[in-house]
Amino acid sequence: MKTTGTSTPWLLSAPALALFAALLLTPLAMTFLLSFNSFSFYGGIENTFGFQNYAEVLSDVYFYEIFGRTFLIAFITTAICALLGLPEAYILFRMKPAWRSFMLLIVLGPLLISVVVRTLGWAILLGNKGVINEFLRDIGLISSPIRMMYTSTGIVIALVHVMIPFMILAVWAALQRQDPATERAAESLGAGPLTIFMRIVLPQAMPGVLSGSLIVFSLSASAFATPAVLGGRRIKMVSTTVYDEFLNTLNWPLGAAIAILLLVSVLTIMLAWNKLVERRYSGVFE
Amino acid sequence: MNRNGIFALCFNALFALFMVGPLLIVIGVSFTPTGYLEFPPSAISFRWFKAILDNPDFIDAAWISLELGLASATLSTVLAVPAALAIGRERFRGRDALQGLFLSPLTVPTVVLGVAFLRFLSLFDINGTFFGLVLCHAVIVTPFVLRLVLASVTGVDRSIEMAATSLGASHWTVFRRVTLPLILPGVVGGWVLAFITSFDELTVTVFIVNPSTTTLPVRLFSHITQTTDPLIASISTMVILLTVLLMLAVNKLYGLDRLLIGGEAR
Repeated sequence: MKTTGTSTPWLLSAPALALFAALLLTPLAMTFLLSFNSFSFYGGIENTFGFQNYAEVLSDVYFYEIFGRTFLIAFITTAICALLGLPEAYILFRMKPAWRSFMLLIVLGPLLISVVVRTLGWAILLGNKGVINEFLRDIGLISSPIRMMYTSTGIVIALVHVMIPFMILAVWAALQRQDPATERAAESLGAGPLTIFMRIVLPQAMPGVLSGSLIVFSLSASAFATPAVLGGRRIKMVSTTVYDEFLNTLNWPLGAAIAILLLVSVLTIMLAWNKLVERRYSGVFE
Repeated sequence: MNRNGIFALCFNALFALFMVGPLLIVIGVSFTPTGYLEFPPSAISFRWFKAILDNPDFIDAAWISLELGLASATLSTVLAVPAALAIGRERFRGRDALQGLFLSPLTVPTVVLGVAFLRFLSLFDINGTFFGLVLCHAVIVTPFVLRLVLASVTGVDRSIEMAATSLGASHWTVFRRVTLPLILPGVVGGWVLAFITSFDELTVTVFIVNPSTTTLPVRLFSHITQTTDPLIASISTMVILLTVLLMLAVNKLYGLDRLLIGGEAR
């Protein structure tokens, strides 16, 4: 890499920069300003400046419940993804190459398939007359259906399915960076498989788990399609609330305030997490 | 070197079932001859695949998604390749900030991007237009292209370019005949990932379409929130089929894990 004093890099980046300035920075700034405007049912958006939207959100238990539920669902989803994704990535890592490339397609492929389609699969599985309940009833295990649609549990199950490829990718990338000789060295020194996993593999996979958790958490906290279909109007999350404010109630300023609060809280959690990880693993990320 | 024990292999089998199960269910119910969802289907019928042809709404939406994917992936590739060349090989003040900006659509919650685009486009009175959709999608998919092109740019041996320059080739010729062929796998991989991301995008798009520019994911979504019927399953089956074909193609070309991680693994 060379150091240039010329304007060449800026010229090369100018077209992309122009697009991002016009269509990312400006819209975000406008949304921020919008969140201070007021709204009346008859007058629509009024170009005033005040904190009333933030005050409304922060003083209403209803919104606390929605934010609380959103971050709880995101947290549980992240924990399950880490608990299942870590062993699965390790199993993939130890497979024969031919099997492994096939399994990678199965495990990572769903990432490329529309979230709407994947959520439809879960809607068919989880309904009161869905595949799971019909099956359990047919084999005589239950007499009345277990409610899974329109519950937080259903949302978590489907979110784990949607998000876990990101966790596996992150752990997979970390495992590929490790030196296979360390495992063999431990083995030749008489360590059992559990010891090798706990003392050699886990510490080296941990940066992957932590960066995967960051991705899964932020994507789950702002997930839209899955909670909208599987939660309906009963189990609202922040993104579905924003959607309702913008496209049903038409109270854009309030919706903008909720969106800004989501952005700020997600970014704060991500920054704090990054700080924590960097302090703990300062040497590993070199 | 398969060193997985029996327990690990069982875990792996259950995990694979968990990943493909919901998709197989969608494919399974789409072959039902009945007018409602049943699994397993009592007989195999293509009734609901024929029914797609009687629903021009969905066919139109599929065309819009296709055109939108092609346009936005191409636009973002055209913008991201020169930016990646600048970020990947020059050191200049503001380089990190620039890279952070171009990758930021991955960090900002998509619903926030959606309302921001809605606010912006409606002030300029171009909300719901195809042009507006292309610009917004280009922003969303640029990080994917940039990451993959950056990864291939850093692997380019600059002495080949210098050799071409010393033999009298112009900047443009060097780029076209030397640099571009060297970074082509990254460019193509990035373009494909961008296309798929745009084709599947829902959360942002749902805010910025109007009835005449409704994309396939938005049409599917608004249908599913009302009702789930075999028609929606047969259309979803077609989406799965197309995605799998595209996926197998990029897997051959680039490796799915490398594509998704951003070009660093392997």
